This record gives sequence, structure tokens and C-alpha cells, in this order.
Amino acid sequence: MYAQMVKSEGSKSRDEMTPEEIAFQERIDRNEKIEPKEWMPEGYRKTLIRQIGQHAHSEIVGQLPEGNWITRAPTLERKAILLAKVQDEAGHGLYLYCAAETLGVSRDELLEKLHSGNMKYSSIFNYPTLTWADMGAVGWLVDGAAIMNQVPLQRTSYGPYSRAMIRICKEESFHQRQGYDIMMKMCAGTPEQKAMAQDALNRFWYPALMMFGPSDKDSVHSAQSMAWKIKMNTNDELRQKFVDQTVPQAEYLGLTVPDPDLKWNEEKGGYDFSEPDWSEFFAVIAGNGPCNAERLGARVKAWEDGAWFRDGLMAHAAKADERARAARHAAE
Amino acid sequence: MPSLPDMTTPNLTALAGQALADSGHVQVPAPDAGQEQFSEWLQRLGDNCLILGHRVSEWCGHAPVLEEDIALANQALDLIGQCQLWLGLAAEVEGKGRDADALAYLRDAGAFRNLLLVELPNGDFGVTLMRQFLFDAFHIELLRALKTSSDNRVADIAAKAEKEVAYHLERSADLVIRLGDGTDESHQRMQAALTKLWSYTGEMFLDDAVDQAMADAGIAPLPSSLQPAWDKTVAAVLDEATLAAPTGAWQHKGGKKGIHTEHLGYILAEMQFLQRAYPGAKW
Repeated sequence: MYAQMVKSEGSKSRDEMTPEEIAFQERIDRNEKIEPKEWMPEGYRKTLIRQIGQHAHSEIVGQLPEGNWITRAPTLERKAILLAKVQDEAGHGLYLYCAAETLGVSRDELLEKLHSGNMKYSSIFNYPTLTWADMGAVGWLVDGAAIMNQVPLQRTSYGPYSRAMIRICKEESFHQRQGYDIMMKMCAGTPEQKAMAQDALNRFWYPALMMFGPSDKDSVHSAQSMAWKIKMNTNDELRQKFVDQTVPQAEYLGLTVPDPDLKWNEEKGGYDFSEPDWSEFFAVIAGNGPCNAERLGARVKAWEDGAWFRDGLMAHAAKADERARAARHAAE
Repeated sequence: MPSLPDMTTPNLTALAGQALADSGHVQVPAPDAGQEQFSEWLQRLGDNCLILGHRVSEWCGHAPVLEEDIALANQALDLIGQCQLWLGLAAEVEGKGRDADALAYLRDAGAFRNLLLVELPNGDFGVTLMRQFLFDAFHIELLRALKTSSDNRVADIAAKAEKEVAYHLERSADLVIRLGDGTDESHQRMQAALTKLWSYTGEMFLDDAVDQAMADAGIAPLPSSLQPAWDKTVAAVLDEATLAAPTGAWQHKGGKKGIHTEHLGYILAEMQFLQRAYPGAKW
């Protein structure tokens, strides 16, 4: 997951399309996969770069809220599991940057845009992780919301993105289960642990709902992306699905979803629920969330502090090449 | 790179127990080795893995390049896994009803038996890498020797860990070479790291009564016997890295006996927080 409000380009009616564009759209309509070297409209390429790039950034920034508890994990087993999970996220970032590179943009260019604030990552990672129960809530709700979005994206039209999603989804489902497992342990534990679990749900519920992006009526970028099968479902469809899936899980835990208006609606076969506070969402997206400065600051610092390391490796590689060339020359 | 344990893997201690049961090894109590000394010695191994694993895990999300984030998390995972095995066995040998978690989370600093080297702060990435290399070069020799331990449980853990640590050493040695012989800045940083850490390497090879008892029982080599191989590895890597080992003879010691640097207390304050704040809670 974790692409929100990705600006789409090139929305055209069929009458305005060139023959190439029509042929391209027909391939997508036939569910053919588009591969890197094949012709694609510039708008398709640019939109995908934004979406995959934002997703990749979310994975690497997403290491931080959970990384925050690795050194405080309460048992050796929990520590190992959390480490493995955060490592998976870094791995997802790697697949996704590679997928983006097939569209003609380098990882360094994408990182430069992240660091300069010109590309975003998911709003959810700007919320703090305050207790161990947040490790449960993040796995259960945040990865749960991500899966909701990513499972359909396995069928997305761009081949490398689709294949990355297939791998990522396998791992995300483990992540969600480990999060729920933490919640079950906490809810079956001491009153203090259960209170921590409820508090984590209270804090993460609405930010998790925001992960799907603004309501369809305010979502300006969806139509073209859906025609291109870069986006497979609308924001509201996915949000509804997430709520319907998650409420019974909360009930099983004995936790209360922090929404007094949450109610089963027999007629629509789903829950009615309160919208998140969208003004908060837009504030977080604009950089004013509780942890925006820390999260981006941590990534920029890691990159800047690591410059000598990257330069050192490049210099060594150049020296090694030079020596090999000299040795070949001497042998001739 | 060794593959990651997947998320469904049951705890490693149980797995190790299963592996032992499958291998048909007969559990022979170590001859002439006091159980207390044996447990103490096992805690030294487990604590080295635990504390270094903790330090390495502090990098998670903050490494200079994404591949390093992945590699460091992998290494931390290996070390925490090894720690579970060593401390699990230490607790079993001790026979006082404790388990690996009780040892990790409920001992105070004075009861920790890790080398001072592994508890030193991460510093810049150069210090982290150099610390890793100096320890890996020792760790691999120790594990190789332990594969022929008279105690089958020790030999089995060592055989598993050796595969992981061989990779750790390959990686850390390679990076020390590249960065030592990289830019002027990377060279200076790696040299500074080496100079800073060198006086914490001697402790790895000090023998004491516990080591002697382990050697007498055929459980483990004397640490001093590992030094020639370590010297050789380190000299070869530093030479290729164009780095020079300091010549001063002074070496710090104390970790093996529970006398630590000030840093360990902070590691434990962080690591043990939940277990201390909510005694008896299950997580």
C-alpha cells in the first residue's frame, strides 16, 4: 500500500486518443500485462512512477515506527519477529524501487524527491508508536489496510509492479497475523495490557481509515488510473471492505472500535461508520502530522550520514577496475 | 546470504531440541565441568550475541543504503537467534527454572558476561562495521572449534551458527577492505574506528578459570588458542584495506566477569523496560 492521492495524468476520451493510445488501452482492457520495454503513454509511465515511488518510500519510512520498538521488544521471540518484519519492509522497498527503475527513473532520483519533500509517503507513518500494543495495532490495522489495497494490485496492468505485489502480499499477510497475535496476547493479558491494546486501537483506527485516501467524491485522480488498471478499486470501496473485515476482529479481541456511530447495515450488507477527520488527514499530508519532521528527518540524516560510505564503495570499485585494467595491460 | 526464518517458525529453542532428538545424540553430561561454570560460560556466548544483536538492530531504518538496512537486520536476526539457543541451553544447564528470556530480561548488568567490545556504542557506520569485523573474526574461530565440543548440544548450536557467522565475516571483511581502500574520508573513518576499538579486542583471548574448566572438559577451546588464527585473518584484511593496527599494548577487560562499561546499563534499561515495568505479564 501506501499510495495516497497519486496525481494521475493524461485522462483522455477515446476520441482524443491516438491510434497507439487506443491500442494500448485495448491491451489493458484485455488484461494483458504491460512490460518495461513496450510502448506506453507518457502519462501512464509518470503516474506509475509516482505511485510505485510513493509506495516504495512508504515501505522505507515505514521501517521507522516499528523500528522504534525493536530494542524494547518484550521477549527474544518478539524481537526476532519484529526484526524480520521490518526487514521485510525494507525488502519491499527494494522490489518497488526496482520496479520503478524499469520505468526509467533511478532510485537515487526518487530518494532525492522524497528527501526534498517533492514525493510523499503514506500519512500513516507520521503517527507515533507509543506502546508495545502499537506494534500489534500497526500489524493488524496498518498492514491489514495495506493488504486490502495490495491484493487487487496483484492484477495491476504493469508487469513488474504486479509481480512485486504478488511477493509483497505473501509477506504482508504474515505481518498482519503477527500484529493480531500481539493484540490477542495483550487482550488476554493483564488489565494494563488490555488497556494498552484499547488505547492503540483508539489512536490507530481513524489514521488507518485515512490510508485509503479521501472519499471518492473528493478523489480527483481516480478515473484515469482505474482505466489504466493502476488503481483497481475506489477509495471508498476499499475502506468499506476494511471496516467490514476489521470490526468482527476487534469484537473477537473484546475491544471497542472508537466510533459511536458504527452500526451494521443489513440493507447494504456492511457497516455504517464515521468518516475520519479529513482536515487532520490533509494536515498530515501537508507535513503537520505528529511525526512528519522526525520521520523525514531520520531518513535524510541516514542518507547524508551515509554519503561517505557510498562514496567509499564507489571509489573502491573504480580503483579495483583500474587495477584490473592495469594487470591486463601488463599481461599483454 | 542465508535465508530468513519465516514468520511461522516456532521458537528456535524448540527447534533445536527437535533437531537434537532427531539426530539421536546421547546427552552426556560434560565430564568434570561444574554445571555452574558451564552455564556461566554459555551465558558469555549468549550475551555476546544478545548485546551485539541489540546494537546492530539499533540501525534498523537508519543505514546508509537500503541494502545495508536489510543486511544489518538479517545479521541482528541471526545473532538474536543464536542468543536464544545459547541462553536457552545456559538456563537448562543452570537448572533453576529460568529460560532464555529470564536471562535476557531479568538479569542486571553485573550478571551479564558479554565482551566489552560488543556493548560499545554504534558510532558512525565505520565503527559499527569495524566492531563487527573484529568480533566476527573471533566468533568464527570459536564456533569452528566448538563444532567438535564434547557436549553435543554445544556442537550442534555451533554448527548452525557457524554457517551464519561465516557470512557475517565475509560481509564485514569485504566492507572493511572496500572502505579502508576507498576515499580519503572512508579510509580515515575506518582507521579511526580501528584505533578506537583495538584496545577492546584483547579481552576475547583472555583465559580464566571458567575457560580452563571448559577446556579441561573438552567443551570448548581456551580463548587464547584462537588468537593466532584471528591475528592472521585480521592482519590479512587490514593489509588489503590499507589500515594499520595500533601498536599500543593496553587492553580493556572486565565484561566476562560482569564489570562493564557505562553503556551496558543503558542498553538494559531500554531492552528490559517492558519486563521490568510489568512484572509477570505475558507478551
